Amino acid sequence: MATKSKEVQADASQPENKSRRDFIVVATYAMAGMGAATAAWPLINQMNPAADTLALANIEIDVSKIEVGQSITVKWRGKPVFIRHRTEAEIAEAEAVEAEALRHPETDTDRVENPEYLVVLGICTHLGCVPLGQKVGEVRGEYDGWFCPCHGSHYDSSGRIRKGPAPLNLEVPPYAFTSDNIIRIG
Amino acid sequence: MSATKFSNPVVSWIDHRLPIFSAAEHFASDYPTPKNLNYFWNFGSLAGFTLVVMIVTGITLAMSYTPHVDYAFGSVERIMRDVNHGWLIRYIHMNGASFFFIVVYIHMLRGLYYGSYKAPRELLWIIGVTIFLLMMATAFMGYVLPWGQMSFWGATVITNLFSALPYVGDAITTLLWGGFAVDNPTLNRFFALHYLMPFVIVGVVMLHIVALHRFGSNNPLGIDARGPQDTIPFHPYYTIKDLFGLSVFLCIFAAAVFFFPNFMGHPDNYIPANPLQTPAHIVPEWYFLPFYAILRAVPDKLGGVIAMFGAIAVLFVLPWLDRSPVRSAKFRPIFKIFFWVFVADCLLLGYLGAKPAEGIWVTLSRVGSIWYFAHFLIILPLLSVIETPRPLPQSLSQSVLGGSGAMAGAAAAPKEKA
Ligand code: HEM
Ligand code: FES
Repeated sequence: MATKSKEVQADASQPENKSRRDFIVVATYAMAGMGAATAAWPLINQMNPAADTLALANIEIDVSKIEVGQSITVKWRGKPVFIRHRTEAEIAEAEAVEAEALRHPETDTDRVENPEYLVVLGICTHLGCVPLGQKVGEVRGEYDGWFCPCHGSHYDSSGRIRKGPAPLNLEVPPYAFTSDNIIRIG
Repeated sequence: MSATKFSNPVVSWIDHRLPIFSAAEHFASDYPTPKNLNYFWNFGSLAGFTLVVMIVTGITLAMSYTPHVDYAFGSVERIMRDVNHGWLIRYIHMNGASFFFIVVYIHMLRGLYYGSYKAPRELLWIIGVTIFLLMMATAFMGYVLPWGQMSFWGATVITNLFSALPYVGDAITTLLWGGFAVDNPTLNRFFALHYLMPFVIVGVVMLHIVALHRFGSNNPLGIDARGPQDTIPFHPYYTIKDLFGLSVFLCIFAAAVFFFPNFMGHPDNYIPANPLQTPAHIVPEWYFLPFYAILRAVPDKLGGVIAMFGAIAVLFVLPWLDRSPVRSAKFRPIFKIFFWVFVADCLLLGYLGAKPAEGIWVTLSRVGSIWYFAHFLIILPLLSVIETPRPLPQSLSQSVLGGSGAMAGAAAAPKEKA
């Protein structure tokens, strides 16, 4: 057996043989690697949202019942969506702000379809808490919007970050008015 | 020291403090293996591979499975229809169980044929039978999880086996059920245990391998390797051979998963469990059929249960029933005939286990069951005394290389191949 392996080594030291052998070894490893990756993909991809989860990705909401100055929270894809029927004062306040001066510069008109209704995800862009300000009597922060109690982020009446650690404005989900009173989110 | 053993400095640094690389080398590359192993020696590593596949697919299935009587069936259907690649993962797990048993049955028959259970490998064998028992328990509880008709009634019948025990029987069944029938608590605990047991199997497989490495593999000739001329290093020779065998196995396995995924299953298990109605004809999974036939062959509740468990218990004491000093069936002409009769008997019992328990089938099951026990309890002890084995070769290398003036062994080996 000792002699056998010496022969093999002697063969392998020949230049052409060596490159052929290397080629076979590398090709084998490459095939095995591809096989392993292919086998791993279904095992990983099964963790992505399933078909029935994706099928629940749209919702429709009738906003006619929301009084001026009131907010509702609806669940969309497992997340809270804030819909606020804003007062004249809140709209004026939001539109008056100089967008360039903000941490995340966006004008109010960029963020709404219809200025009366603000639709944003109720998820603080810092680390994901749900900010206060939906219910009457809750703290709404220093800018008449929302206040996140977790680490003290203040959002204005357009849902823009004004003070505190959060880096971005409250996200506006994809939505459209399908009629005067119906919003389709997703 | 170990610090100088590896050329890669990182490996060497780690190995000096935590000798895992030395251990790996000791178990794979240094491990001297008989040079004459045939393809039946592939099935141990195949079993290990299948175990890993079952664990990986099982954990991913568990991410979408709900162990509750109202949701279990639906959650499995959701896995089949909605979860990304869920159908693939479930079919691999389902068919993987069947292939696990195919592989382990071949692995065990290899041991029976080549006398791998004999001294000094008795404990290795006993640990193997323990793995087999654990596998059966795991597979049984797994089959309950989809909560179809076969799941439910299989669970009912098997847990009721314990009620045959005198005095404690009813208490034990109630304990297993967590209630007064197979119900939600039963499903819940079966899921917990089905998740746990494969890891117990992993632990026992490690013991199995430690025991294997104590004396090394047996081989088709059944004589001991006497030195370096009789062995080759496990790596690369047997790693490559095992990988080749694995590729062949995977082709067959993939064909089953993609083209006949329900061939080995039972259609009734796609009907949600109904505790108020038993299907007309209930059968266990195919790998339990021989034992099921033995159970039904005995016309007494307790007797049937004892016979069924006895059929596995005899495997534990096999090393002490077969006293012949010659391991391999190659050199035992009469044993070899009885071995194949035994294999035929097991297949017959498997066939009978799927037949209705009436008429001729019951009679045949009785003959088959009696033969099964007679093989271990009468034929093997008797053969140890009356059989004259053929002369053994002098050494492995002599017989492999066919060389020199050496006699019996060299003559015997080519005859086998023909
Ligand atoms: C999960 C199941 C099992 C795994 C992963 C496993 C793994 C292995 C491996 C890797 C080997 C060495 C390679 C070989 O000889 O084929 C081996 C040897 C062996 N196994 Fe298993 N095994 C399993 C079940 C069993 C069972 C159920 C039995 C017997 C009842 C058994 C009996 C043996 C014996 C006797 C040997 C030594 C064989 C020889 O050297 O001839 N094993 N096993
Ligand atoms: S999560 Fe809202 S401030 Fe940190």
